[in-house]
Amino acid sequence: MENNLLSIVTFMPAFAALILAVFLRGEDEAAQRNAKWLALITTTVTFIVSIFVFIEFDPANTDFQMVDEAAWLLGLTYRMGVDGISILFVMLTTFMMPLVIAASWDVKTRVKEYMIAFLVLETLMLGVFMALDLVLFYVFFEASLIPMFLIIGIWGGANRIYASFKFFLYTFFGSVLMLVAMVAMFSDAGTTCIGGCDVSLLTHNFGSETIDVFGFQIIGGVQTLMFIAFFASFAVKMPMWPVHTWLPDAHVQAPTAGSVVLAAILLKMGGYGFLRFSLPMFPMGAEVVGPLILWLSAIAIVYTSLVALVQEDMKKLIAYSSVAHMGFVTMGIFSTNQQGLDGAIFQMISHGFISGALFLSVGVIYDRMHTRDIDAYGGLVNRMPVYAMLFMFFTMANVGLPGTSGFIGEFLTLMAVFQVNTWVAAVATTGVIFSAAYALWLYRRVVMGDLIKESLKMISDMTAREKWIFAPLVAMTLLLGIYPAAVLDIIGPSVTALVDQYDTAVAATDAAMQTAEAQN
Amino acid sequence: MNHDISQILPEIILAGFALAGLLFGAYFGKDAVARPLLWLTAALMVVLAGVVGTSTDMTVEAFNGMFVNDGFARFAKVALLLSAAAVLIMSENYMLTRGLLRFEYPVLVALSAVGMMMMVSAGDLMALYMGLELQSLALYVVASLRRDSVKSTEAGLKYFVLGALSSGMLLYGASLVYGYAGTTLFSGVIITAQAGQTSLGMLFGIVFLISGLAFKVSAVPFHMWTPDVYEGSPTPVTAFFATAPKVAAMALFARVLHDAFGFAVSDWSQIIALLSVLSMFLGAIAAIGQTNIKRLMAYSSIAHMGYALMGLAAGTAFGVQAMLVYMAIYVTMNVGVFAFILLMEKDGQPVVEISALNMYSKHHPGRAAALLVLMFSLAGVPPFLGFFGKLYVWRAALDGGMIWLVVASAVASAIGAFYYLRIVFLMYFGADKSAALDRNRSGVLSGFLVASAVIMVIGIVNMFGVEGAAALAAQALVE
Repeated sequence: MENNLLSIVTFMPAFAALILAVFLRGEDEAAQRNAKWLALITTTVTFIVSIFVFIEFDPANTDFQMVDEAAWLLGLTYRMGVDGISILFVMLTTFMMPLVIAASWDVKTRVKEYMIAFLVLETLMLGVFMALDLVLFYVFFEASLIPMFLIIGIWGGANRIYASFKFFLYTFFGSVLMLVAMVAMFSDAGTTCIGGCDVSLLTHNFGSETIDVFGFQIIGGVQTLMFIAFFASFAVKMPMWPVHTWLPDAHVQAPTAGSVVLAAILLKMGGYGFLRFSLPMFPMGAEVVGPLILWLSAIAIVYTSLVALVQEDMKKLIAYSSVAHMGFVTMGIFSTNQQGLDGAIFQMISHGFISGALFLSVGVIYDRMHTRDIDAYGGLVNRMPVYAMLFMFFTMANVGLPGTSGFIGEFLTLMAVFQVNTWVAAVATTGVIFSAAYALWLYRRVVMGDLIKESLKMISDMTAREKWIFAPLVAMTLLLGIYPAAVLDIIGPSVTALVDQYDTAVAATDAAMQTAEAQN
Repeated sequence: MNHDISQILPEIILAGFALAGLLFGAYFGKDAVARPLLWLTAALMVVLAGVVGTSTDMTVEAFNGMFVNDGFARFAKVALLLSAAAVLIMSENYMLTRGLLRFEYPVLVALSAVGMMMMVSAGDLMALYMGLELQSLALYVVASLRRDSVKSTEAGLKYFVLGALSSGMLLYGASLVYGYAGTTLFSGVIITAQAGQTSLGMLFGIVFLISGLAFKVSAVPFHMWTPDVYEGSPTPVTAFFATAPKVAAMALFARVLHDAFGFAVSDWSQIIALLSVLSMFLGAIAAIGQTNIKRLMAYSSIAHMGYALMGLAAGTAFGVQAMLVYMAIYVTMNVGVFAFILLMEKDGQPVVEISALNMYSKHHPGRAAALLVLMFSLAGVPPFLGFFGKLYVWRAALDGGMIWLVVASAVASAIGAFYYLRIVFLMYFGADKSAALDRNRSGVLSGFLVASAVIMVIGIVNMFGVEGAAALAAQALVE
């Protein structure tokens, strides 16, 4: 069926960016206003169109839907589609972008370029979640570095240059290794189609016989090698401990809107990559490396929570908390059971809203005081009651209070990993306690107490615009916390299919290995 | 005979035109005719490219196999003629304002283009050497075009001395091959060898030939001349060095390896792979410390030659196709970047320091955006065309079973990304302190810059058919 809806959603923001780049001239007030409004309208319209995608989407069908394809270079295909795993990431992206644009209303320097960067970024992020061709995926995945590099580098804080280079080079290095594996997959399978066509990578069996590389016996063979190459990229992107160090720097230096996009959407590309590639395509690799990843996740949760405790910069604290929460995601994914994958996807969606809201909260007071030092604040509740309430709500959601979406994701992933590895579950659970500690302590130091600091005496509460930006986030956090089926029903069938496929593949390989041993 | 002549008609026309231009310039007007001559040369090159590109799709041998006119040669000729024409047009303004626009300049460029056309069509070691020397001699002279500059003279002399050395090695290799094969014809060499007479002497000959050719493409460890010559030559000449001769030398490389030594793929592909990996790493690492944009582009070109050689190292038709595609993309990017370098002026004087680009985007947002695209494309970051070039050569190398080479080049490209990013960083992130560069109003240069950037973006849709043409060309070369 001919269906261009996905391509329209994807390229609408880029088209608006092109219009801005070509037709908008000048740096005056009017030009800035036009740029902002055009960006806001485009992202909103994109969201509305994406709702049509959501309505047309049939959760019961585990195949790729609304596939749009065309021939491309090098025997590649331009192919876009969504399934139960990707649809919610698409919606998350289109949902967050209007809020991000609205949150950047006070940007003063180079407004036109700023809006272009964010619009292009939206196109690239949507492309990542929809691409059904290996190289197309890589193009979107990698290209998203460019606008983010510029966003951090041009509109960032004092130390932005170090942060932007670190961000770019770290993720670029991870990704080129993935690209090597991708080219190898192309050679091995003879196709770059991820799914939704006759010969696809999702159904191709990559070799899993033990091979010998420089004297090392690689169990799981080619699959393990490719898994590791993909892992290099996605682990940096997630980011997982110990390759997370670019994230706090990038977050601290990025402008508020950049932090929101980074935390809410860009980090999810790594998790999405694990679900789309690592698990289904290299099940043996996941089986071999998985236990290690579980431990890395558990360490990440505890270690980064502890690091978060001693931070003096609010954004840095939330950045470390993001790393900890992404630890739950990887833990859920590599439990490789239904609850684990459900929980991981749920956690990613929910973290998108919550961490986005937390960075926006920091942005609200940063815009007023131009500092992110925790010590510079205190007693804000006296002058900013609405802010205090909203910040409280999202702090609690971040901790995982039942009734908010944060709880469901953590609970599901912990339950999943408990079935697989009790020790990992035990370690990770202590992380939940630490997260309550750093989040509540942050809240106490910033919001509670008496308003002593002279500089804060005249601080004003949130404006109507700021309240409106938070409203949808509050609604979504509550909705998912009270009615998680809204997410789980949509991802359920696709996740079941993925888990079944994974179990079958692992069982088949095990059986084959046993037969081989019996014959020897 | 008539038939033979008709095959090399484009070369004859261009050579005749160059000689006529030389005579005309010497007897009438001298440098006053330089400008029209330059435009005329460029126009003739474009016309010839059109003629060559649209001619028959057959493989024809002329002069008893000395000269081969096949799809491969035609692809390379179109690429080198177009890039030479582009560089000539770009150089007009720069040369004119600095009193360098002598009538010899277009003549020499045309002659070196004739040499390059001979090179890519060579079917015999003698023809190869003839073409190579015609090209090189013309290049030595244009490198030292600015006679009153020590650096330019040094560049020319250095290029000449080292070039002569490499020619010596090449000739020594050629004589060894002749000695052991009994013929200088590529087709004869391959037949002798296939009869089971690949001797040690022949292999030595191959190694020396490869060394000589590696010098021309500036692959490590034969790259030493490149940064100095790039820096010393007048910028338009540098732009010329970075484009057409590289295409010609790379095409000649492919021609010799496949036509003459196609029987020993496993022998030479290891050597090429080594050259490739050394070039990529040296290019990536040495460029980091450069402050002069011309030297930086020299190291960048060394690294890019490494990637192009990856395609050759695969030793397959697809590998040659990948190399051709890579070279086409590389030349397009370099034309754009050098158009930008020619635009860099302050108070009418050319500037080559990278630091002069500080906050360039503030004053020239359009040009800065175009250079941003080119830099990311050179770094091989998608979605730009440069990435697809890398994808091509990687796939070729993997098909050839060289996983280690691909992994090494992945690492090298991540290292190399740094210095391209640094230019972007200067243009966009710097503090607004230094005085701005001149508002150079040259429409021609801006046009080339923007066109090159636009190609890097739009080209990802279908590469303007270069892909198919390269596939045909590669098939013509590797049966």
